[in-house]
Amino acid sequence: MSADLTAVSAAAVPMPERSPGVWKAAWRRLKNDRVGMVSLVIVLAFLLLIIAAALRLVAADWQKEVGVPNAPPTFMGPRVEAVTNDPLSAMVAKDAKPVDLSDIDPLAPKYKEWEERAAKIQISDPPKADTLPFGGDRLGRDVLAKAIKGAEISIFVGMFAAVVATLIGTLLGALGGYIGGKVGDFLEWVYNVFTSIPDILLIFAFAAVFGRGITTVVLILGLVGWTGMYRQVRAEYIKHRSREYVRAAEAIGVSHFQRMFVHILPNVSHVVLVRMSLLVVGFIKAEVILSFLGLGVPVDQVSWGTMLSEAQAELVLGHWWQLAAATLFMATFVTAFALFTDALRDALDPKLR
Amino acid sequence: MSNLVSVRDLRVSFRLGKTRVVEAVKGVSFDVPENGTVALVGESGSGKSVSAMSIVRLLPENAIVGEASRVEFGGRNLLAEPVDVLRAIRGKDISVVFQEPMTSLNPVFTVGDQIAEVLQLHLGLSRKQTADRVLELMNEVGIPHAKERVNAYPHELSGGQQQRVMIAIAIACEPKLLIADEPTTALDVTVQRQILDLIAKLQAKHRMSVLFISHDLGVVGEIADRVVVMRDGQVRESGDVATIFAAPQDAYTKALLACRPRLDVKPKRLPVIDDFMKPAGANGLPIVVTEQRVARATEETPLIEAIGLRKEYRLKTGLFARKTVEAVKEASFRIARGRTLGVVGESGSGKTTVGMLLMRLIDATAGQVMYDGRDLLSLTAAEMMAYRRKIQIIFQNPYASLNPRFTVGQILTEPMKIHGIGASDDDRFSQAVASIKRVGLPVDAIHKYPHEFSGGQRQRIAIARILSMKPEILICDESVSALDVSVQATVLNLLLDLQDEFGMTYVFISHDLAVVKYMADDMLVMSKGEIVERGLSEAIYENPQHDYTKKLLGSIPRGYQAAA
Repeated sequence: MSADLTAVSAAAVPMPERSPGVWKAAWRRLKNDRVGMVSLVIVLAFLLLIIAAALRLVAADWQKEVGVPNAPPTFMGPRVEAVTNDPLSAMVAKDAKPVDLSDIDPLAPKYKEWEERAAKIQISDPPKADTLPFGGDRLGRDVLAKAIKGAEISIFVGMFAAVVATLIGTLLGALGGYIGGKVGDFLEWVYNVFTSIPDILLIFAFAAVFGRGITTVVLILGLVGWTGMYRQVRAEYIKHRSREYVRAAEAIGVSHFQRMFVHILPNVSHVVLVRMSLLVVGFIKAEVILSFLGLGVPVDQVSWGTMLSEAQAELVLGHWWQLAAATLFMATFVTAFALFTDALRDALDPKLR
Repeated sequence: MSNLVSVRDLRVSFRLGKTRVVEAVKGVSFDVPENGTVALVGESGSGKSVSAMSIVRLLPENAIVGEASRVEFGGRNLLAEPVDVLRAIRGKDISVVFQEPMTSLNPVFTVGDQIAEVLQLHLGLSRKQTADRVLELMNEVGIPHAKERVNAYPHELSGGQQQRVMIAIAIACEPKLLIADEPTTALDVTVQRQILDLIAKLQAKHRMSVLFISHDLGVVGEIADRVVVMRDGQVRESGDVATIFAAPQDAYTKALLACRPRLDVKPKRLPVIDDFMKPAGANGLPIVVTEQRVARATEETPLIEAIGLRKEYRLKTGLFARKTVEAVKEASFRIARGRTLGVVGESGSGKTTVGMLLMRLIDATAGQVMYDGRDLLSLTAAEMMAYRRKIQIIFQNPYASLNPRFTVGQILTEPMKIHGIGASDDDRFSQAVASIKRVGLPVDAIHKYPHEFSGGQRQRIAIARILSMKPEILICDESVSALDVSVQATVLNLLLDLQDEFGMTYVFISHDLAVVKYMADDMLVMSKGEIVERGLSEAIYENPQHDYTKKLLGSIPRGYQAAA
């Protein structure tokens, strides 16, 4: 046999053409899914947007107070000042006659000096716009820029938290499912402890320990959210552990580690991927809740969650645009991402047989 | 004898994806006479099941039936009737028995309820009448202690009994036509015999017609009056069972008959389909190898020896209660170099467990496996690595035993990497290419994924994978059982060639007695975890000693000759 085998040199072998791999086939199927493709485009657009935001190409000056406080959206037109219409303010304006207090004011002689000094200092108060494309917040910051900058934080947090949760869940799930026995029992126990505590309580506990910041939010969500992934990956591993191809790998002497991560993992990757994208959606929503409760991102940063929590107070005054912008962005991204996930699942989990 | 059902120019295609349409049945016509049994025979993908299911329109959603196709039954064209009419016919006039009794019965209802359902649906019997009729039917299909079994759930019955329940449901309304779709394929050979006898008995008693679908000509020869041979969605030949078996006209029919291993002869290699379809001999006749394979000489010293192998499973039956189930009670045997040991037995006999124990895929409860002067079972995992490559296995299901996310190249080079075979990746790659060629696959297979291959090709890939390790012992665990008859022959031929070439020793585990007879020099017969008979395979087939062996051998379908 050896003579026969070595006779065939690598050069003599015509390099056969590669056949489409699993990923290429999945891509082909995805391309035929119109809903999937549209949502993919939307998701990609969002990703481009947050990359641009991170590189300070767009929405870099979101903190600048470019408009009048609570400037309405452009399409609504500038706020008609209530000066003329409002009888109360009209009355105040008419009756207010300047009262001369200079006789009794001990500071009166200094006014002149101060005025001169003040005149020396250049104050340039840039003109504030009456309207902004999608309105302004209570400080006159552009809501649109805020929403874009908020997307950066929210999506970043959602994605990284999902990666953390996926890593923890997949690793523990693989160990628990593949090894089973005492290790599996122990992991089940950890899982049960984690799931027996209400999520929100767990989040509060972690938030209290870690302090505020984006990294904290990522860690908290990751540490709280791995349980579902663990459960599903574990089930898949239990199923695949006794499959014949794993048995066949064992028969040729493949180590446990390789069987777990080289043989089985690619075969359960569709489950992991889909679960992960569901986590992204869930974590974006969770970040919103956290920020809304004041446990999320720091005050000097903006996320969809902080926007929503600000909007609460504004809504009473009828300034609905901040709420609308955050909701619109979030709803679009989350819906597109969820639909894309669905399409991805269909594309990745074909009946190959 | 008039025809009960006439199928005319049946065409069925399946819509796959948006644009792809695959034709499964391409203009098939056949008749089922009254009070007769017609068999549809063919390999997988021949369209036999689709043809039969078209009669009652039990087709998947994506099926398209040709416009000119007709299924005539009682003066009506069933393909044109509305669904309501069909629903009244299904289960009453035409009923179906499926292949897998375990999955065809609903696990949450008792078998009595499931038989009663069809009676109430079609005959509108009262409760009392129904209960009586259910008992009557269960007795008729031969379920022992019918009174107690009425309230049993499907999982409490054996596979054979489940299939009897399915048959009871099918004959409950005394149908005119019974469609049996591979009803015995999932069953053990002794149970198959009972079910075949039952169907024949019921057919005669109720004077109904049976449309019997099977891939096994041996079974068909025993039960059918007429045979329709199908391939690739077309009828190749149809005729009386006697004509088909004694004087087949079509090359494909001839090939099907020839490539199944026979009990009486043992040619050097099995004829394959291509021998008949593309004859290479003079005058366009196939070359039939008549030279007989001679048994190999026995060596004194065994290559591998199993001593007192035992495997117990402990099942938790309560908080502290444990039940011990013995999968293998006591297995001791020795195999000489270059010979083939056949292990036969029915499901649950422990034959697969013995194979797994030999190569430590399952840890033994007790016993030794002596190889090369050492007890393999007492080696540490590291020490075992050196022996791993010496003993290899080929599994039953080629669809499951190859990692679907690996290319064939990865599958073939993986064992070489693990065992340090080959100097470099290039070297390993060229060895993989050589192995692929050796098992008769095209070279461009190397970059493809397993799902792109048929069952037989995948089994070749599995064989190619172990070739680079040059194992001394190869365990074939039902390695050809999942394959079509014609493919089976080519894989068996390949295994024989490789055995001659590399001097490998085989442990051939199978429930298929004809295949074992063809392959094995020595034989073990296992039943319920015990070896009940052992010896030279020729001797056992000629003169079985143990009662179980006799029963097993007596159950082999012998085709038309035996029935005549």
